[in-house]
Amino acid sequence: MDIFLQQIVNGVTLGSIYALVALGYTMVYGIIGLINFAHGDVVMVGALTAFTVITGLLGAGAGLPVGAVVALGLAAAILVCTTLAFGIERVAYRPLRRAARLAPLITAIGVSIVLQNTAMMIWGRNYLRFPELWQSRRFVIAGASITSMQVAIVLVSVAVMALLLLMIHYTKLGTAMRATAQNPEVAGLMGININTAISIAFVIGAALAAAAGFMVMAYYQVAHYHMGFILGLKAFTAAVLGGIGNLGGAMLGGLLLGVVEALGAGYIGDLTFGFLGSNYQDVFAFFVLILVLIFRPLGLLGERAGDRA
Amino acid sequence: MQASLKALTLAAAMTLAVAGCGKEEPPPPPAPKAAAPAAPPAPPELVVKIGSAAPTTGPIAHLGKDNENGVRLAVEDVNAQKVMIDGKVLKLELIAEDDQADPKQGTTVAQKLVDAGVVAVVGHLNSGTTIPASKIYSDAGIPQVSPSATNPKYTEQGFKTTFRVVANDIQQGGALGHYIAKDMKAKTVAIVDDRTAYGQGVADEVEKAAKADGAQIVAREFTTDRSTDFKAILTKIKGKQPDAIFYGGMDATGGPMLKQARDLGIKSKFMMADGGCSPEFVKLAGEAAEGFVCSIPGTPVEKLAKGEEFKKRYRARFGTDVQIYSPDCYDATMVMVEAMKRANSADPAKFLPELAKTDYEGITGKIQFDEKGDLKSGAITIYEAKGGKFDVLTTVGG
Repeated sequence: MDIFLQQIVNGVTLGSIYALVALGYTMVYGIIGLINFAHGDVVMVGALTAFTVITGLLGAGAGLPVGAVVALGLAAAILVCTTLAFGIERVAYRPLRRAARLAPLITAIGVSIVLQNTAMMIWGRNYLRFPELWQSRRFVIAGASITSMQVAIVLVSVAVMALLLLMIHYTKLGTAMRATAQNPEVAGLMGININTAISIAFVIGAALAAAAGFMVMAYYQVAHYHMGFILGLKAFTAAVLGGIGNLGGAMLGGLLLGVVEALGAGYIGDLTFGFLGSNYQDVFAFFVLILVLIFRPLGLLGERAGDRA
Repeated sequence: MQASLKALTLAAAMTLAVAGCGKEEPPPPPAPKAAAPAAPPAPPELVVKIGSAAPTTGPIAHLGKDNENGVRLAVEDVNAQKVMIDGKVLKLELIAEDDQADPKQGTTVAQKLVDAGVVAVVGHLNSGTTIPASKIYSDAGIPQVSPSATNPKYTEQGFKTTFRVVANDIQQGGALGHYIAKDMKAKTVAIVDDRTAYGQGVADEVEKAAKADGAQIVAREFTTDRSTDFKAILTKIKGKQPDAIFYGGMDATGGPMLKQARDLGIKSKFMMADGGCSPEFVKLAGEAAEGFVCSIPGTPVEKLAKGEEFKKRYRARFGTDVQIYSPDCYDATMVMVEAMKRANSADPAKFLPELAKTDYEGITGKIQFDEKGDLKSGAITIYEAKGGKFDVLTTVGG
């Protein structure tokens, strides 16, 4: 039982990071029906920016407290990522808004490749080691071991997601975004600036990505130019799993994917009597995705968005 | 709507898969320029290209760079010695290539070296790249001395051009498995490997030897050489409460794995083979490295007369510490130059038979090859990490 609990802890930590990234995919899809494949690389840019700022400040020996250094690093990452996402939308997606749907998708993949190669030129090809900022504390609850880092990741993710939901559902801006998602023409006729609403969706997604990138890096203490690719793919999977275009779905999908992966790695050997080992953990996760798509093609919580496309 | 989303996803996945393949190759670092010959009546130079192949980018770039530096130091020493071959001064030119620890890239790089006209290759670093590349060198008749590929298959292919200056995994895994079961008295062992030719090979040998000595294998788990999260498999291992965990893989994944194991409250002894025996491992694992046990083929560098001197010179030249294999790379280069001297030729066809007859006292000990090209004396040294440094526990065989 304690092993099961431990796998749940592992899965929930990983899952909350997936969920944060998945929100970026799902918000953009919800509002303009575009799968923004460059989003995973925005996460990577956030992580590497935070890396440069934090190690730079620590290395310069400015004598700032660690908390302030982290805050500065995170602020820089959010600034860079939001600017980047705003720019990407303006340059790469807005001119194609009325084009066939395949065109912006291919553009998104192009942007992803450009971002990866630019990051490779700036930060190099090597794995960068992120220093341990705080001595991680370890708690044992019912036999499962939880580190302070894991607690922080889950708490920050939940808080950010709650804020996002409040914003989308209870502010004027959120209402404008939802209206744009439902029908951009009519929303425009009602006096909503749909370009702003769309830009805001990209910017918020990028801010979440920056936070996720920082957390991934702090959790595993490693960052590299290629880190956004698989993470982005997993988060996209999570968004589809929960029902792409649906905010709650992205959160549920992220958590579910994290937990399924952890349980898959932990139990796939026992379930198949040793036929499949833990190297099949990703197969397990994607198998669940296929099952969900067969029985609920719009994802677990995907009910609207049918009016798009 | 549904159909179009699926089609889009599929199209995107395919495009990404294609996009992921194109990787450019880094330009080779410039070869060191030797000083212009001073005296006018200097004998003519015999310029000989020698190749080094190791991953200088990616998770184990530090090890690849270490290998390249080992060869570079040897090349510089040989050029300074003004070795005479066939009445000409031997001038080695190093061509260093990055194989990214990727078997596909390994063969590409091998072909590139052959096309560049190298007469000998020191490399590759990983067994997974060394084995596929060896076919290309063999076809071209170019001798290959690997400083670090320990998978037995490398020299078992029947090629005349394959040599290595380290003990293979049968020797290393056997010594480690025996140590786990007999000296550490571990009754239950969990084994993890990274599914590379090296990791899987050494893990299999450890498993065999530990079993033969009466230990029970309670878990066999897998990861990849590029993974960052090991918590799921470690949690599974935690449930089996093994006395020892052996990981067949490299330091870039081993360090974080040990750290995550301690975060999960796993107290088992953690062990690796040569892939984890580096200062980098200690950096990555931090405090968790205390008590970590690993092995390196060969007698400890500290105990050999030339070892300390090599470490000092390496530090002075490159400004960093020796990771794992640079002494082996240095020896591998020297062994080849010695063979060229004896054959009085830098033609691979002529010095290859001499290479097989090598009897050389190197930094890492005595180097003699058996008929397959394996090292005759296969000493294995087992180390324990204490206070951020590696202490010698015992040396087996040799």
